[in-house]
Amino acid sequence: MIDNHILAPIFVQLFTAIAQLICWRKTLTQRYLSVGGSLIGLMVAFRLFSRVYEGGILTLNAANWDAPFGIVFVADLLSVTLVLLTSIACFAVSIFSSVGLSRQRMLYGYFPIFHFLIMGLHGAFLTGDIFNLYVYFEVIIISSFVLMTLGGRKAQLEGAVKYMAMNILASMFFLTGIGILYGITGSLNMADLSLRIQEVQNKTLVGITSCFFIIGFGIKSAVFPLYYWLPSSYHTPPSAVAATFGGLLTKVGIYAMLRIFSLIFVPDDFTRTLLMAIAVFTILTGAFGALIKTNIRRLFSYLIVCHIGFMVGGIAMFSKAALMGAVFYLIHDIMVKTNMFLIAGLIRQLRGTMDMNKLGGLYGDYPKISLLIAVVLFSLVGIPPLSGFWPKVFLFQEAFTQHQYFYVAALIIGSFVTLYVIAKMWSEVFWKNPPASEEMENLFAPMPPYKKILMVLPIGLLALATLYIGLNAEAIVKVTDIISTQLMDPSAYIDAVLGNKTD
Amino acid sequence: MELLLVLILGLLYAAGVYLILRRSMVKLLLGIMLLGNGANILIFVLGKITKGSPPVINEAYKVFQEIYADPIPQALILTAIVISFGLTSFAIVLLKRVYALVDSDDLDNLNTPEEEDI
Repeated sequence: MIDNHILAPIFVQLFTAIAQLICWRKTLTQRYLSVGGSLIGLMVAFRLFSRVYEGGILTLNAANWDAPFGIVFVADLLSVTLVLLTSIACFAVSIFSSVGLSRQRMLYGYFPIFHFLIMGLHGAFLTGDIFNLYVYFEVIIISSFVLMTLGGRKAQLEGAVKYMAMNILASMFFLTGIGILYGITGSLNMADLSLRIQEVQNKTLVGITSCFFIIGFGIKSAVFPLYYWLPSSYHTPPSAVAATFGGLLTKVGIYAMLRIFSLIFVPDDFTRTLLMAIAVFTILTGAFGALIKTNIRRLFSYLIVCHIGFMVGGIAMFSKAALMGAVFYLIHDIMVKTNMFLIAGLIRQLRGTMDMNKLGGLYGDYPKISLLIAVVLFSLVGIPPLSGFWPKVFLFQEAFTQHQYFYVAALIIGSFVTLYVIAKMWSEVFWKNPPASEEMENLFAPMPPYKKILMVLPIGLLALATLYIGLNAEAIVKVTDIISTQLMDPSAYIDAVLGNKTD
Repeated sequence: MELLLVLILGLLYAAGVYLILRRSMVKLLLGIMLLGNGANILIFVLGKITKGSPPVINEAYKVFQEIYADPIPQALILTAIVISFGLTSFAIVLLKRVYALVDSDDLDNLNTPEEEDI
């Protein structure tokens, strides 16, 4: 069904950013515009989600060019779910950054760039054209470069060099892959590619092309041999930026993998084994890295890597239950990881540091905030019935069915290490007596009450979303069930795109 | 023509990868630029080069009568050039700034102990 509303989430972010560019240097107006724009974006995304959930896949042929020739935008349930989650995260982060960010950064255009980044994310989720996906990836990375370097401290710029080099390299791999793919099929439309790739005689070349995509998306989503840029750069930018990056950017890589490997390169035995090996090592290295870190944000960075492995493993098993687990985990992970970095920012605001050795006694001083944070931490660990628990059920079940015992072992180790480091963090940060040092600076207490509320509110919002995902898991399972059915059998997607002739 | 382009793009990729593996920041930048150009030529070659037949239909006909040059790879390359231009100029400014702060061209020196900010 052709529907122009697909572009609405992209346009809301675009116009918000443009309006903020007009109000350059008026940071208060920019803050109002940012929160307002995000709220409208959230409502639009919710409307698009309910339309697709009830009415099936929507498509839009740009400039009315028929499907395989023009650029096509497709809103299937996976895309709109991610657009909805991105909008929720965007809303929370924009509230947080309106108080949690120094005015200096706002003066140099933090808010417009942030909304361009979200626009890029929406575009990447909604496009049905592989070159257009590349262009949106570039929109995302150029915005993220600016956000990463904004402020210009030494550590930040050093982190940015690594981040930039790896991401540009990933784009080059992706572009090379697209070039070869166009050479062997003569199409860029993903639905059309799905049909044409089956007619290619030279299967080896197809396999090699898929490796380019694995490397390109692997760097972006930070999987095992390619993840080093993430822990060495994510602890440097301000927490609001780190929350956007940690919650959303690596997940775009996972989304692209889900899309490309379900639609174009349906995994054969080699790809499955490769992805499974990547997944196991990603979980293990992420988990062991998290064990030794004392800085909260570095610890979270390694946990991101560890949990990316869970999802890659789900893609590697490539069955309905496995994809349900992977998509459910993706939904849970976006909400929780965004929140974790916001929490890190709040802790830094309360105590002036993120080093666990220098922290302590938060529970005694701020019991309510601590309890709120506890809910999020429990969800991350996956204590039943909270949100991290349900996807693991699917992943374990499918791993046993397919006899992937290495993955089972990695899942258990990954989950236990997550539990251990979070428990350690809880006792170090919240229960331990604060170390008797005078350098502790509380930036939170002198803030006016409305600012305090604005700082805790986004964490509460995201915690509510996490609670909803956990306690109302049946609804989420229904959604993931439809998504994984669409992913396993892409004929609905292909029909929706190619069956829509305008004449 | 194809053979020449294939050789050039192989050379560009090889030189790009070699330069990226070096420790110098400037070489990293050059490597990225060479890889980008290599990728552009790759798209051009794989789009099947057709000489002297532009994708314009004769007035008398409704469809193409013979093989024509595919315009899509050129559109793709144009987009990719513009994007890599933007990225490269950002990278140059970033590396210049880092060089001014760290006073070193060596990528291994980029490990300042963490400082914190919200």
